[in-house]
Amino acid sequence: MKILRAPRVERCVGCDSCSLACARLVHKRISWTTAGIRITSSGGLSTGFEAKICLACDPAPCAAACPTGSYSQRKGGGVRVKPDVCIRCGACAKACPVDAIYIEPETNVPFVCLHCGRCVGFCPHQCLEMIDAPGTADAAVPVTDAAQEKEASHAG
Amino acid sequence: MPAEPFRVLMVDLTRGRGEYINFGDKNEHLGGSGLAAALFAAYADVSAPALAPEQPLIFAIGPLTGCYPLMSKTVCAFKSPYNEQYAESHAGGRLALSLRFAGIDALVIRGRSPVLSALAVGIRRLDFVDVHFLRGFDVFTTGKQLRKLHRSGAGHRSTLRIGPAGENQVAYACINVDTYRHFGRLGSGAVMGAKNLKAIVIDGGKSLPAPAGKDYPDVFKAIYDQVVDSGMMKKYHDLGTPENLLALNELSALPWKNLQSTKEAAIENVSGEAFARDLLLRKAACAGCPVGCIHVGLLREKYAANNDYLYRQVSYDYEPLFADGTMLGITSASGILAVMDEIERQGVDCMSAGVALAWATEAAQKGAIGLAETIVPLAFDDVAGYREAVRHLGNRTNEFYRLLGQGTMVAAAQYKGEDYACVLGQEMSGYATGEVFYISQAMGVRHSHLDSGGYSYDQKHTDKDAVKAIDFLVADEADRVALTSMVSCLFARNVYTPETLGRALSAMGLSGMAENLGKAARNIQKLRWKNKIDCGFKPREVKIPKRFYEVTNWKGQADPAYLEELKTYYASRIEALVSA
Ligand code: SF4
Ligand code: SF4
Ligand code: SF4
Ligand code: SF4
Repeated sequence: MKILRAPRVERCVGCDSCSLACARLVHKRISWTTAGIRITSSGGLSTGFEAKICLACDPAPCAAACPTGSYSQRKGGGVRVKPDVCIRCGACAKACPVDAIYIEPETNVPFVCLHCGRCVGFCPHQCLEMIDAPGTADAAVPVTDAAQEKEASHAG
Repeated sequence: MPAEPFRVLMVDLTRGRGEYINFGDKNEHLGGSGLAAALFAAYADVSAPALAPEQPLIFAIGPLTGCYPLMSKTVCAFKSPYNEQYAESHAGGRLALSLRFAGIDALVIRGRSPVLSALAVGIRRLDFVDVHFLRGFDVFTTGKQLRKLHRSGAGHRSTLRIGPAGENQVAYACINVDTYRHFGRLGSGAVMGAKNLKAIVIDGGKSLPAPAGKDYPDVFKAIYDQVVDSGMMKKYHDLGTPENLLALNELSALPWKNLQSTKEAAIENVSGEAFARDLLLRKAACAGCPVGCIHVGLLREKYAANNDYLYRQVSYDYEPLFADGTMLGITSASGILAVMDEIERQGVDCMSAGVALAWATEAAQKGAIGLAETIVPLAFDDVAGYREAVRHLGNRTNEFYRLLGQGTMVAAAQYKGEDYACVLGQEMSGYATGEVFYISQAMGVRHSHLDSGGYSYDQKHTDKDAVKAIDFLVADEADRVALTSMVSCLFARNVYTPETLGRALSAMGLSGMAENLGKAARNIQKLRWKNKIDCGFKPREVKIPKRFYEVTNWKGQADPAYLEELKTYYASRIEALVSA
């Protein structure tokens, strides 16, 4: 099972194409927040951008916290979601250590990444990538810009 | 189908109250430019001064905001304290999407707050916050303080703020949007200052249903692919608009030293290539735009002897590099960023401020003004002097800077320097391409190089056919009005052809609007002109200062007879538009 990572998020220009794509294609919404990935600039725009995404925990604390089984463990990490049994209690979001679950303020519906990969192609700078979950047989380390630079400097 | 109205938030700062109203008809006013012009017609008092508290400050988005790539701009409309006329200014950043996801088609601010305030709006908030302690704070410090004040609130947000220049009502004070973008021209910042409003914070936490079916995601994907595969990415993302510096210099169309020349060898040090090579730190994008044209430069400054450095980040484009760079004769890239940094802090429009200081420098050279006026000696390429002068401009330190802050021509009239004031309706944009551009800026509804493609017309036509040229400007303006009513970034004008716009609207379930687009755009074009004429604009009285005839431009020397012909015919077209 593949999972979403943002190995090259240092390149991010904050265009929100990824979150808009997730909202549009996965959740059928027009939104930059009701999405599995959200882009923030923690210290104002001059500090650059970070991506809030699910780290695909295994076991997943959010699934453990969910009282209804709406969130359950996904193979390879992260959660499977059954929206119709969610009671909008917010326990999942409180349990997530990295603030990856967005509670929509008007409805209290939780939004999380499903690791489907549909946002990846909408990033103009290839910040995002679907990789094999760590620990699985053919898991490879994603190529970050830092890793590439190291290779280049060894080449000469 | 019954007319669908816009949802407009009317804020009254005097009473500290806001009210959501239904306004207008979406199929007629579209949004953006159209909605702003209609709100101005409904709520402004054209005979009262621009800075009277009751005048509206309008921010409007459009039907496609946040729905497609590069639909990322907001239109700001107001009565300009610079020329007392209807004005429209555009900015990107995160403002457009924040308004969309706050559920606001337009925000209209009237009245004057009893104390210096920040206004916070969002899906569950409407706050008037006393920020009297921010009085006199520069734009950056204000931003830092605001982030501390407004930590809460779901979703992403946008922050608008003014600096000392806005508080002091400099006629070309700007509104800073999310650090790197601006409502620059014609003094929206002074209007905020006159309202005792230091900042506006908009929380966008709403999510809207996407239209059902495959049409919307398919049209989106097609447009997205076209944007990233077209030359647009290269043109606006790579070197960005600063690639123009070298090219325009080569064509003798780059204004240098108050337009005393249009081509200089020193270009090597201040070209887009030099900036990218030596100072480019990173790029950023407006929300919803994959192009990412915002170029942020790193300004490193040694402030003490022992290798003590501080650093600043300054965003740069072609226009500020021309106005605060070549126009001031500055021959080092970091010197230009240093001047721009001070301009950002004070919150003055970078183009107007640069061109105003260029005029002041020549006036000082000619002895028309002295140190009693300028306080610091002004000389081309003197970065430290310009930084100091910008502070005086923002703070309106003496009568000279007060006049210069009303506009270059106001100071020029007082000190007898009109002939060399580079003013075309407002301080010039950076295109010494020829007669058609000069007229298009001097007479354009926004006095902006973006009103219509006059600068590119000059480069494609050497004939002197005034009718053909003006017909092009008027038709091109109507196409641009359609885009700025959506509200698209004008960099996307080659992607959003009328057909593509129609498809994009239909996929959003707005086929009524798609069908009416051309007609509505022409009506909006007319309404904008009507607003401007109602405020007293007299197209036949437009003057082109002598400097524009003296300097060599891309086409050679400007031809006075051709300019006169262009002006007369354009004036008659404008009059016909308004009375039709
Ligand atoms: S949502 Fe949070 S807690 Fe749940 S799997 Fe993802 S990162 Fe872990
Ligand atoms: S909000 Fe829904 S998914 Fe989250 S813990 Fe509660 S029931 Fe489970
Ligand atoms: S991987 Fe799928 S669910 Fe996760 S952010 Fe991307 S599009 Fe959304
Ligand atoms: S699409 Fe890529 S560049 Fe744009 S916000 Fe997402 S991660 Fe950043």
